[in-house]
Amino acid sequence: MKFDILLVLPELALLLVAALLFVTTLMSRKSEDSLSCTAWLPVGALAVLGVSLLSLGRDGTLFSGTYRVDMLSQFFKAAIAAGFVITSMLVRRNGQVSDNDRPDYLMLLTISAWGLMLMSSAVDLITIYVAMEISSYSLYAAIPLRAQDKRAAEAGIKYIMFGALATALALYGYSWILAGQHTGMIAELAGKDWTWASSPLACTGLLLFLCGLFFKLALFPFHFWCPDVYQGTGNETAAFAATMPKLGAAAVLVRLAALLTPDLEITHVIAAFTAVSMTLGNLSALTQTDLKRMLGYSSVAHAGYLGLGIVSGTTGGLGAASFYALVYLLMNLACFWVVCQVAEDGENPTYTSLNGLHKKSPLLAFVLAVAAFALVGLPPTAGFMGKLFLLTSAWGAGYEWLVIVAVLNTAIAIYYYLSLVRHAYTEQSEQTEPAGETFTLGMGPRLAGAVMALSILLLGVAASPVYDLAVQAGTGLLR
Amino acid sequence: MSYPILTTLIFVPLAAAFLLMVLPMGQLAVRRFTLWTGFAEIALAIPLLTGFSLSEGGFQFVEHMEWVPQWGLSYSLAVDGISLLMVLLSVLLLPLTVLCSWTYIEKRIKEFHFCLLLMTAACVGVFAAMDLVLFYVFWEAMLIPMYLLIAVWGGPEKRYASIKFFLYTLAGSTLLLAAIVALYYQGGTFSIPELLGMHFPAEFQTWVFLAMALAFAIKVPMFPFHTWLPAAHVQAPAAGSVLLASVLLKMGTYGFLRFCLPICPDASQFFAPAMIAISVISIIYGGLVALGQNDIKRIIAYSSVAHMGFVTLGIFLFNQEGAQGAVMVMLNHGIVTGALFMMVGLVYERSHSRDLSDNLGLGKFMPAYMGFFGLFALSSFGFPGLNSFVGEALVLIAAFASDTVTGLIVIPGALLAAAYMLRLGLKMAWGRPASPKDKGWADLNKREWAYLAPLAVLVFYIGLAPGLTLRVITPSVDRMLQLYETKTRQTAQMEQQAPARPKLLALSETTEKGE
Repeated sequence: MKFDILLVLPELALLLVAALLFVTTLMSRKSEDSLSCTAWLPVGALAVLGVSLLSLGRDGTLFSGTYRVDMLSQFFKAAIAAGFVITSMLVRRNGQVSDNDRPDYLMLLTISAWGLMLMSSAVDLITIYVAMEISSYSLYAAIPLRAQDKRAAEAGIKYIMFGALATALALYGYSWILAGQHTGMIAELAGKDWTWASSPLACTGLLLFLCGLFFKLALFPFHFWCPDVYQGTGNETAAFAATMPKLGAAAVLVRLAALLTPDLEITHVIAAFTAVSMTLGNLSALTQTDLKRMLGYSSVAHAGYLGLGIVSGTTGGLGAASFYALVYLLMNLACFWVVCQVAEDGENPTYTSLNGLHKKSPLLAFVLAVAAFALVGLPPTAGFMGKLFLLTSAWGAGYEWLVIVAVLNTAIAIYYYLSLVRHAYTEQSEQTEPAGETFTLGMGPRLAGAVMALSILLLGVAASPVYDLAVQAGTGLLR
Repeated sequence: MSYPILTTLIFVPLAAAFLLMVLPMGQLAVRRFTLWTGFAEIALAIPLLTGFSLSEGGFQFVEHMEWVPQWGLSYSLAVDGISLLMVLLSVLLLPLTVLCSWTYIEKRIKEFHFCLLLMTAACVGVFAAMDLVLFYVFWEAMLIPMYLLIAVWGGPEKRYASIKFFLYTLAGSTLLLAAIVALYYQGGTFSIPELLGMHFPAEFQTWVFLAMALAFAIKVPMFPFHTWLPAAHVQAPAAGSVLLASVLLKMGTYGFLRFCLPICPDASQFFAPAMIAISVISIIYGGLVALGQNDIKRIIAYSSVAHMGFVTLGIFLFNQEGAQGAVMVMLNHGIVTGALFMMVGLVYERSHSRDLSDNLGLGKFMPAYMGFFGLFALSSFGFPGLNSFVGEALVLIAAFASDTVTGLIVIPGALLAAAYMLRLGLKMAWGRPASPKDKGWADLNKREWAYLAPLAVLVFYIGLAPGLTLRVITPSVDRMLQLYETKTRQTAQMEQQAPARPKLLALSETTEKGE
């Protein structure tokens, strides 16, 4: 088969960025050089985004059919590239990473993003597994990088231990699927019978394999690592870990949804996980004071919302899940962007750290408000549109009870998201010294914040074109 | 139609809000800019009045555009006689709220007027939306500016009041979203006119009604979901209270009238006794609690609970007088209670207290103020010849026509309104101050006259010549009732054809379409 290099241009572009960072790690070991010699990273990330957008229409298969370039993969690659642009701007200035380690740290995150791109094109279970591990290993190394902080070591160990467990389960599941269905290719698996009665071995295997993805997504019951890791790792790293791996997991789950139809036992199990995930995540988030921990639990709830689209198993549902994954990336990144800017000292911010934010930086307060209301699902933000599509698709698939659970969970979530806005807009800051009065943001971060907020609003009022892309991505995956 | 009037009425305040935030403006410029936007908005709304056909009960000024075609979402706007009045009321209030906040609001002026403009856009959108999702978007969009109005510019307990307001109303409306999704799957469309023409199975109607009714009942608010209202009213700045009382509460009753009655007629009929009972409780309870208050704003807030009880009562009586009366009370309560809240704000600026005991004996040195206050207070309890009388009289007539006992129970509610309003008015005008401090507060200035006079004119106009308003309302109300009656008649016929089967079971198996 002829290897068409144009099909993998986004991956190559990102790999080139990783390679350049590797060269940087070899060249610069002086602390004063470490920031300046990685100054090009956001530009490089933008170039990757450009290449990914240009590659949106590409279609083809590589590596003996294990690697598929289609609308779904290209949609997610573009989303990953967009997320990488923002995170690269955030993480580059991470003060908690020692100057000597900075290029290595950035390289690790780039390789992790690269692994996620591979995940979105992988259509064979073992390829998915390998891509997932490429992405995970880099993060295992990056998460403990928080200067002199024991919490980071704890977070790193937890992430590795839970990750290893999930990996083991996924691999074990893969072997069962292979034993039961005699193939690991998703396209072939989609044609098989997935009822419990006819293939219990494969069904168990698929559930175990999905556990690996649920770990990435922080879906119940694989969510335990999430709040602890977010709390322990540096703010900037948490921004990456909280958003980017979710995209890769969502891409694979959307692909695997081809195996799931609403009347299958496995789908019911996932629906139950989804319901518990939403409820547990939201109830736990209610009691948090640490912002990153709150966002960690809220991401457990959002993994549940994403599950609504997966279990619906329709083109609309898969489109809704893809759309929501992109929207979630923007909403959560916007929140973490504010968290990183507020905690200039690198410490974990709490709700009270947001007090008087509207005075210190109207832009930060505005971005936070837009992100928080989007995470609640209030119109006219993209979060509302995403939730509407998800709820509508789940109802159409016969999961009315799940829609009711989701809606009630939205009501629970209002309180803690509203607290963000309340502290930013209505509480007064206790700090009186001049240093605490304003935040000085550079042009780049200001631009990033404004773009995220506007994108969230724009995707809310004009969701149609992007949703169309997401639906195209979902089309063709179903039997 | 020469231009898309409704879109203009939504996007002019939106554009103004954006400009306000972008352009560097001083405090006075911000106020003037918003005021002129308000006047422009009124001017732009005039074609709605002149072009509205009084003989048609259907939707007019229709605007339609695809929004998210994949899900059948459309940007669709139109008004009928019911929503026209609400749109006009929303538009009218913009300049008036700017004027009543001119000296009341002293901090974060730009953000305050930004919120007022957003509120106006959202309120017009709610009443004009002809797509369920679009309706929901506007319904929810007004929550954020209203929350900020209370939370930022409110009184000492603003935090508690704003959170309570937000949580109550948003929690209620999440179920509305579930009902909207359910209607889409049952009816195959989000279009309100199309959904109005469909007849859904009774069991389905029951669930949709319950989900919608909870959202609307919280917004109205009906007893026992009313507890957010006094807190929000008392803590909100004058303009916030005005918008809350005049427009926001109407969104709930509008929802009952627009969606519950024609889309869920069988469920409405089934739940009508409960809704009537709750309405009557709201009237009596609101009146009794208002009678025992000493905070002027709290008195008016509880009076709103009672007045809105008249509206829901009128709606669930299912007769022409009841529905006409309900819409009339919606409009008149918007005018009168809005005016009363402005008057409370006005006296608060002078006394810095909303306590009745701190605002006694104003008649001596503020005759014009007390003149206006007396007028609005008289109107509020339904004094003949003033606007509120018309609506309440119609609801009372409808109540007696429907059931004498209901009518007899409601009468004390109307009397209670007279009691608490007269107590308030008399004490404020002639009460003896507890401490003999010199209260030489200035009477109304020109600006204050400017925002009270138009409302006073409306009080007299609608009260003395309610004909035009009724002519605007009646065809639309008749159409709604006709839809309701046709569908319930169909259900009754089907029930007769299958008498042996339980009602809900038999109806759940069929979905009929048609007028």
